[in-house]
Amino acid sequence: MTTVFSIASKNKCSLPLALCHVEAGFPSPADDYMEGSLDLNDHIIKHPAATYFVKASGDSMTGAGIFNGDLLVVDRSLKPVHGKVVIAEVDGQLTVKRLFKVEDRFSLQSENASYPPIEIQEGNEVVVWGVVTHVIHNLL
Amino acid sequence: MKVFALIDCNNFYASCERVFDPRLKGRAIVILSNNDGCIIARSNEAKALGIPMGVPFFEQKAILKKYSVAVFSSNYQLYGDMSQRVMDSIRLYVPDMEVYSIDEAFLRLDYLQPRNLYEYCKTIRAKILQWTGIPVSIGIGPTKVLAKVANHVAKKQTADGIFDIRSRQKQDEILKTLDTEKIWGIARKGSERLSRMGINKAAELRDASSAIIRRHLSVVGERILRELNGQSCIDLEAIQPKKSIMSSKSFGNLLTKKESIKEALANYAVRACEKLRKQNSRAQAVHVFIQTNGFQKTDRQYNNALTHTLTTPSSDTRIIIKAANFCLDRIYKQGYRYKKTGIMLLGLIPTSLEQKQLFVDFNPRPSDHLMGVVDRINKDHGPDTLFFGAQGVTKEWKMRCGSRSPRYTTQWDELLRVR
Repeated sequence: MTTVFSIASKNKCSLPLALCHVEAGFPSPADDYMEGSLDLNDHIIKHPAATYFVKASGDSMTGAGIFNGDLLVVDRSLKPVHGKVVIAEVDGQLTVKRLFKVEDRFSLQSENASYPPIEIQEGNEVVVWGVVTHVIHNLL
Repeated sequence: MKVFALIDCNNFYASCERVFDPRLKGRAIVILSNNDGCIIARSNEAKALGIPMGVPFFEQKAILKKYSVAVFSSNYQLYGDMSQRVMDSIRLYVPDMEVYSIDEAFLRLDYLQPRNLYEYCKTIRAKILQWTGIPVSIGIGPTKVLAKVANHVAKKQTADGIFDIRSRQKQDEILKTLDTEKIWGIARKGSERLSRMGINKAAELRDASSAIIRRHLSVVGERILRELNGQSCIDLEAIQPKKSIMSSKSFGNLLTKKESIKEALANYAVRACEKLRKQNSRAQAVHVFIQTNGFQKTDRQYNNALTHTLTTPSSDTRIIIKAANFCLDRIYKQGYRYKKTGIMLLGLIPTSLEQKQLFVDFNPRPSDHLMGVVDRINKDHGPDTLFFGAQGVTKEWKMRCGSRSPRYTTQWDELLRVR
């Protein structure tokens, strides 16, 4: 079934939203004024045709809030620039790291002190698969 | 003047596999048909090794192993999703498009009038590659037939995958050496006919008398001749609902028992009915066929088919399964080892265009509501969450797809993993 990941509008998951912030205590009278509904896909996915979901393994990016088993939302249409968390190709494997560019030299850095950064040889390009836009982490 | 472009994905199935596994870059890849029967797609590297198309997998096993070719069962969920992404990316640039197949689309570019067509196509190509990872070739021409020719050139002879054949000079140059068989719509049989008339190259067909061509190849041939002359006769076509729906596959193992075949047939009937209801149609007739394995030369062979007309057009899975069983009961013969069965729904008519019959009056029908509920549950909770008893539970007949790659984009538990 293509329904889950063809992230087009046909597959909306809408939740009605009350316009006030959630505070413990009394509901605001403004809650009577409901305003349509919100679609989490709309919020997270700007380019459906270019957006892919991938699963993170391991603990190399825990500093960036990415934990083992987390779901990553990856947008291939975005330009990979210095400082972004990206999916990149290293030795034929796809890996999630933070992209650094210092004086025309690229490196891919983990966010966990026990993993050394991956330096890209001068003149070589990093092949970036896509830019990670969101992490979906289950708190349960 | 009209301007058409044909965008065609390069080795589409192999390219889809590469997007999610970079180790496959530069490696020979072949994809097998349903049930791992034949080779149905090859990467350029596999073509260069001389591995032919459409041949049985078992005949090629030795050579595939020798050159450590990557072999995949077909992963239609993945290819279908990637196809949609490619088409959606194109649509952002060119609204006038006709999705021609899973990996090809025709575009009309004259409405857009971009200042530099070549640069514009280059941008489209780069965008598709970035968004989906799929490389494409683009052919530009004054007609669909010529755009298809240009695409052929773009794929084989250019570095940037784009070729514009709008100038007469370029048309002369290319058509002079192009075999007629390579022309869109001519195919093997047509080219053999042309060859007997002394016409072997596309340019010779273009310059032939249209009356003679019409006599030998009907109006279709004449239309192709005109299109080769730069006279556009075939425009973009909107997607039409299908006139018939087919669902069929080979069994994982040869089957002899009627019950197992019935079970498989019921499953194909369910798929076919889902498609039928999705396009809001009903079928007027059900066609069922069974086949033994033609490759198994030592086996006795038997193939048969039967069509059953329904009293009232229907999209009710229960009625279609019943009709399918009715057919199978009549064509099944004991003592054969069957390889394949399938169902075709014929005479499809839109639900909205239904004639009331004198003695049958339910419109709308209660079964429409029931089927709607079944479809919705299966859409929300996954295929076959709710299934018909006739579909069975053991599925002895199920397809082989031993080396399918993960369905990276359509199944939560098969997503790409990154470290």
